[in-house]
Amino acid sequence: MFHIRKAEWLAPKVRRMEVDAPRVARRHLPGHFVIVRVREHGERVPLTIASSDHETGLITLVVQVVGATTELMCNLEVGEALLNVVGPLGKPTEIDDFGHAILVGGGVGTAVIYPQAEALKRAGNKVTAIIGGRSKEYVIFERELSQFCDAICPCTDDGSYGHHGFVTEQLKDLLEADKSIGAVLTAGPVPMMSAIADVTKPFGVLTVVSLNPIMVDGTGMCGGCRVTVGGEMKFACVDGPEFDAHAVDFKELANRLATYHDQERIAWDRLGHGSNCQLDKQAQCKGRHLEAEAASQSE
Amino acid sequence: MKPSERMKIERQAMPEQEAAARAANFCEVNQGYACSSASTEAERCLQCKDAKCVRGCPVGVNIPAFIDAVAHDDLSKAADILFGDNVLPGVTGRVCPQETQCEELCVRAKKGSSVGVGHLERFVADWAREHRKDLFEPPPPTGKKVAVVGSGPSGLTCAGELSKRGHAVTVFEALHTPGGVLMYGIPEFRLPNAIVEAEIETLKARGVEIITDVVIGQTYTIPDLMEEEGFDAVFIANGAGLPVFQGIPGEHLKGVYSANEFLTRVNLMGAYQFGATDTPVIPAREVLVVGGGNTAMDSVRTAKRLGANPATLVYRRSREEMPARAEEIKHAEEEGVAFKLLNNPIEILGDDEGWVRAVKCIKMELGQPDDSGRRRPVPIEGSEFEIPCNVFIEAIGTKANPLLTQTTPGLEVNKWGYIEIDETNMTSIPGVFAGGDIVRGAATVILAMGDGKNTSASIHHFLINGGVALANEDIEEAVPIS
Ligand SMILES: Cc1cc2nc3c(=O)[nH]c(=O)nc-3n(C[C@H](O)[C@H](O)[C@H](O)COP(=O)(O)OP(=O)(O)OC[C@H]3O[C@@H](n4cnc5c(N)ncnc54)[C@H](O)[C@@H]3O)c2cc1C
Ligand SMILES: Cc1cc2nc3c(=O)[nH]c(=O)nc-3n(C[C@H](O)[C@H](O)[C@H](O)COP(=O)(O)OP(=O)(O)OC[C@H]3O[C@@H](n4cnc5c(N)ncnc54)[C@H](O)[C@@H]3O)c2cc1C
Ligand code: SF4
Ligand code: SF4
Ligand code: FES
Repeated sequence: MFHIRKAEWLAPKVRRMEVDAPRVARRHLPGHFVIVRVREHGERVPLTIASSDHETGLITLVVQVVGATTELMCNLEVGEALLNVVGPLGKPTEIDDFGHAILVGGGVGTAVIYPQAEALKRAGNKVTAIIGGRSKEYVIFERELSQFCDAICPCTDDGSYGHHGFVTEQLKDLLEADKSIGAVLTAGPVPMMSAIADVTKPFGVLTVVSLNPIMVDGTGMCGGCRVTVGGEMKFACVDGPEFDAHAVDFKELANRLATYHDQERIAWDRLGHGSNCQLDKQAQCKGRHLEAEAASQSE
Repeated sequence: MKPSERMKIERQAMPEQEAAARAANFCEVNQGYACSSASTEAERCLQCKDAKCVRGCPVGVNIPAFIDAVAHDDLSKAADILFGDNVLPGVTGRVCPQETQCEELCVRAKKGSSVGVGHLERFVADWAREHRKDLFEPPPPTGKKVAVVGSGPSGLTCAGELSKRGHAVTVFEALHTPGGVLMYGIPEFRLPNAIVEAEIETLKARGVEIITDVVIGQTYTIPDLMEEEGFDAVFIANGAGLPVFQGIPGEHLKGVYSANEFLTRVNLMGAYQFGATDTPVIPAREVLVVGGGNTAMDSVRTAKRLGANPATLVYRRSREEMPARAEEIKHAEEEGVAFKLLNNPIEILGDDEGWVRAVKCIKMELGQPDDSGRRRPVPIEGSEFEIPCNVFIEAIGTKANPLLTQTTPGLEVNKWGYIEIDETNMTSIPGVFAGGDIVRGAATVILAMGDGKNTSASIHHFLINGGVALANEDIEEAVPIS
């Protein structure tokens, strides 16, 4: 059992949790993630380690509620526990002195860039973070990032805070103004990462994305997390999750992420959200079918 | 009973769930012997002085002795003998390829059918699970600590045998549940997870500590275990792991699985009961599986049970070359699996939304024998055709998982990435041993267990001889493995 020692809402549906996982904390480096199982018969979901403390053995996770498992997890309170936490998984971020390094975080992706900011600063970089959210309340980690960043540019879709518009616009301005930018590191929704790759490409700047494909084991055993990078099949859990943005096939990633949409809605419904969810008829009918089946099987 | 009388007894059939019924459920196909059939089957054994069958068993089960106890209805004694040699008899009794191991060498196989060693083993193990909780007395501790990497059959066997000798053993497992392929790969209808769990519980009761959620190479490295965590020796048994894809166009489509992913979702994560469990699997409508081994057979039979119609297997050679256990092929056929032999997938075709809609195959014919001695399949030009499906599963093999070997400086591997060992089963790092699929490449449960058992003997000598390992041939209690 991995106990939750601290938990707070950072933004609507975004929760920060500190979890007792000393073995993971001991070896955590920026870029690493864990796989978590919340409960018996639960799903295994990957989550980035936002920070860790070797002394206390705590790791920090920042979780956005997007479906059943993340909802169950975010409903947990201090004193409760996650059933399984395995890690640290994946390859750590390759940290170097790039001169000026730009970090771009979208939504909970901001939690991914946070440990990178610290490491990049230590390595001697000038560090700028561009962080995006739908509106002011969704912009997270600004205070934390300010410890390690020389500049922070918040962006909101509705203009309620910082720059009114997308992170890509800010990024483009920076790239045009500053030729010393040696690397762009980014994490966030797939369309955002894909757009960033398009923006940086003409500048020829090293661009690293942290990919989020569907994972099961996280040890290279299932191949479910495969992504195409430079025309080659890579397993994000062991070869990544960070890759050269200019070589990633984002369209394919987006397509594969939609594999379980029908089942995800069923799972969401089971948590009692049926009425809020724009379910199509077909999925609803499938939902009942599976439930009946599950009931008959458990008899 | 006289040998001539024994020779007259016919082999007792294993009761099975009827094919149509079992193709729609996940309950075990084989139902196990009743007491009466078990003792009758046991009486078929000639109690050979030089029992050839034992030489076919990689863990050296004293076959005539335990069978004799069954024949005398002394199941307690049978259990002591069996568990003394084999820490997972409920598993091996179900999934050993007996026809190429112990039973192949049984003298009775020459004239008619061999003694049902596997079936009897299963019978005794199942009895013991219900009736014997007191199987082992832990010996006095030696004060030595051994770490085992991976809790598949190889790691568990090594751990069990070392704990019999009083060493403190900790098994580290990457997944949340121990058992390796026994839990995530081999399906419920052949090897119920409850059986594996029970045999693991027995090992724990004997003192084996199992820590899940630890990936060696990530959470700890091998040097960490030796230098910081105070282990005196390490046994690496992390399995073969990495799934191989065919490398044909369309493998990124939704609906394409490796057998490992499909089986893990269904078996380990319980996706066949989605709703009661949280992990989904794509609904099986028309499912195509490529491959001819146990993994392919398990995938296609699992798909059938999830409702696939048809559930089809494509294999590029003919039935004779299929590496799967004979019983699995027969069971699959009875359950209505369609076999498309001498065919090979060459492209996966998708629809507008990125889902698999069909697989393009090409017909094959058998040409000259290749390096493996099997006739090489050659494509017949112009014979391409499409098989519609919504799920396509690739079960064409695995390769060495580099996760651990890459983070272990000084650990020598061969050109395929499998770990190199010497005649004491030690790797290039002193005190670090290895066995099972990570040494052999994908093999069998019982060979992995044989490696675990033999290595336990080497490790034992290494621990008590002040760091000098002995070759298996110099260890009395080691079992020769052919
Ligand atoms: C390396 C990595 C790091 C990640 N880090 C974070 C993080 O720090 N914070 C955070 O909030 N999220 C993170 N994610 C995404 C997170 O894993 C998914 O949001 C989560 O699995 C969704 O589960 P669910 O049951 O709540 O939602 P579901 O309803 O199951 O799915 C919602 C969406 O999440 C994606 N998803 C579903 N299952 C998985 C899975 N097993 N693995 C990956 N994606 C899945 C799918 O695109 C799906 O459409 C990360 C993913 C990866 C691969
Ligand atoms: C679907 C399927 C069906 C099969 N059917 C049969 C059959 O009927 N009969 C038969 O004899 N054989 C069968 N086999 C083959 C047999 O299962 C394997 O040969 C055997 O399991 C190998 O045992 P092992 O202990 O070497 O490895 P595994 O069983 O693969 O176990 C390795 C364990 O190590 C863990 N691990 C991996 N990396 C790490 C790490 N870095 N740190 C910690 N833990 C790690 C894994 O999670 C796993 O639990 C089948 C295989 C498959 C896939
Ligand atoms: S363990 Fe396997 S090979 Fe050995 S006796 Fe039992 S069934 Fe035969
Ligand atoms: S070879 Fe056959 S008959 Fe002889 S002891 Fe072994 S099982 Fe019995
Ligand atoms: S998650 Fe299974 S191989 Fe990456």
